[in-house]
Amino acid sequence: MLKVNNIDVYYGNIHAIKDISFEVAESEIVTLIGANGAGKSTILKTISGLLRSKTGSITFAGESIDHTVSHAIVKRGLAHVPEGRRVFLQMSVQENLEMGNYTQQKSTMHSRMEDVFTHFPRLKERRKQVAGTLSGGEQQMLAMGRALMSRPKLLMLDEPSMGLAPLLVEQIFEIIEELHSSGVTILLVEQNAHMALTIADRGYVLETGRITLADDAKALLANDAVRRAYLGG
Amino acid sequence: MKEFRISMPMRYIINSLLLVAFIVAGHLITQSGLLGRAHNANIVSVGIFIILAVSLNLSTGYLGQLPLGHAGFMAIGAYAGAIFWRSGLLPSTASVPAGLLVAGLAAAVVGVIIGIPALRLKGDYLAIITLGFGEIIRVIINNLDSVTGGAGGLHGIPRHSNFLIVYLCVIICCIAIHMLMKSRHGRAILSIRENEIAAESCGINTTYYKVMAFAFSAFFAGIAGALFAGNIGLLVPGEFDFMTSINILMIVVLGGMGSMAGSVIAASILTSLPLFMAALNEYRMIIYALMLIIVMLFKPSGLLGTYDFSLSRLLEKLIRRRIAAKSKVKEGEA
Repeated sequence: MLKVNNIDVYYGNIHAIKDISFEVAESEIVTLIGANGAGKSTILKTISGLLRSKTGSITFAGESIDHTVSHAIVKRGLAHVPEGRRVFLQMSVQENLEMGNYTQQKSTMHSRMEDVFTHFPRLKERRKQVAGTLSGGEQQMLAMGRALMSRPKLLMLDEPSMGLAPLLVEQIFEIIEELHSSGVTILLVEQNAHMALTIADRGYVLETGRITLADDAKALLANDAVRRAYLGG
Repeated sequence: MKEFRISMPMRYIINSLLLVAFIVAGHLITQSGLLGRAHNANIVSVGIFIILAVSLNLSTGYLGQLPLGHAGFMAIGAYAGAIFWRSGLLPSTASVPAGLLVAGLAAAVVGVIIGIPALRLKGDYLAIITLGFGEIIRVIINNLDSVTGGAGGLHGIPRHSNFLIVYLCVIICCIAIHMLMKSRHGRAILSIRENEIAAESCGINTTYYKVMAFAFSAFFAGIAGALFAGNIGLLVPGEFDFMTSINILMIVVLGGMGSMAGSVIAASILTSLPLFMAALNEYRMIIYALMLIIVMLFKPSGLLGTYDFSLSRLLEKLIRRRIAAKSKVKEGEA
């Protein structure tokens, strides 16, 4: 579904992503794990068109999207939930979800919103509430719900567990699995490697801009090097 | 019990009736000469500054950018309108609206040309670059002697700007911006203010909407400029310097960024102030500064914050209160 071939991304003179290739097949959960500054978020931003790669190519559902502007990429069914939640703080929950519908038909908005509410019943309770007054976990749910409104084929999640209490992290991951079983393909970027690898089919390990390991998620969980580096022994 | 609500068509009727009454009453009063020339002139310039503030509020309050070249767009409109009117291309009745349209379009076109490169920048960078553009416009006008009269000024502009025309423009401007902000495009503009990256990830073409809001803002600044020219009958480039841009921004900040009613109120107060404080004229800038400091200390979001006034909402509240009072009386009787 998504193919990334030999991309190189620079921030000015800094070579942040070095010749990276990977792919996500339909109805998979693939995770990119790695330490701070390894380039995980940069890869997602490049895929969604916020940054540009100097070389290589990115294809989504068989079509090249290297030169497509980011709002057009969303329209093709590739949704990006950016790091740090980034909901529209002064709008209500419902208005936030309506914004997610921006690329879609208005006529089907309500059925899709009901769909989002079945995954996130909490949001339904708070639909009139201003997003800035939600807790961190609820904001993360809202950001994910908003992305789902665009009816994505592939959902890219950037650190959904960031800054959340352990109980909430578990809840968010349960929802990710639920979304996956309802047919959404997921590309998950995480620092919480253990959680990510538990739910993923396959994983890639990133170190300072390079992929150093690629394997089945179960194999990575058992891998000694990964255990030492990311899973605390 | 169901809450009392005024139906949408009824709201439109009430609002339009009040607006018509306002225009007619204002026109009759200013025409009768009851107020004297100084007050009439002040009322007209209040209207012009309302348009300037409301239009700047679109790009600062709603879009969340900080452009500092609003006087530049005003200048483009002022000269475009003045030159059009002086040329006498159209008979006088058609000439006024046509001139205003020409002025607005000229400013909007320049707004798009400046906006496309400038809006790639954010915050202080955008402020500096628009400040630069505003000054460039003024300097070009200053040196284009054959077209604009240069530093000597442009004389003999037909003085079209009376209460009727200025306040019709005020109303059109306010309604147009209100409707824009209530539309799907307005939502997109607000979402850019709230969080640009999130807006982008919702599939909103942020560059397009930024330039669009900027052009809208320039369009109405251009119209205000033409009204300004038609009010004084004489244009000199010095009128459109950096301080004018700052004055307009001050009105918006004082009134509350993102509040149209706030812009209207602040424009009325700040523009009328010199007239009522003629004795204190030397201290005007000090009073401005003090007002700004006091408002920033005690109400940093401006006089009205992002609150917007709605007449129908006020009426609904009053009527609901009446109904509640009546039902209480009935209970007492029973």
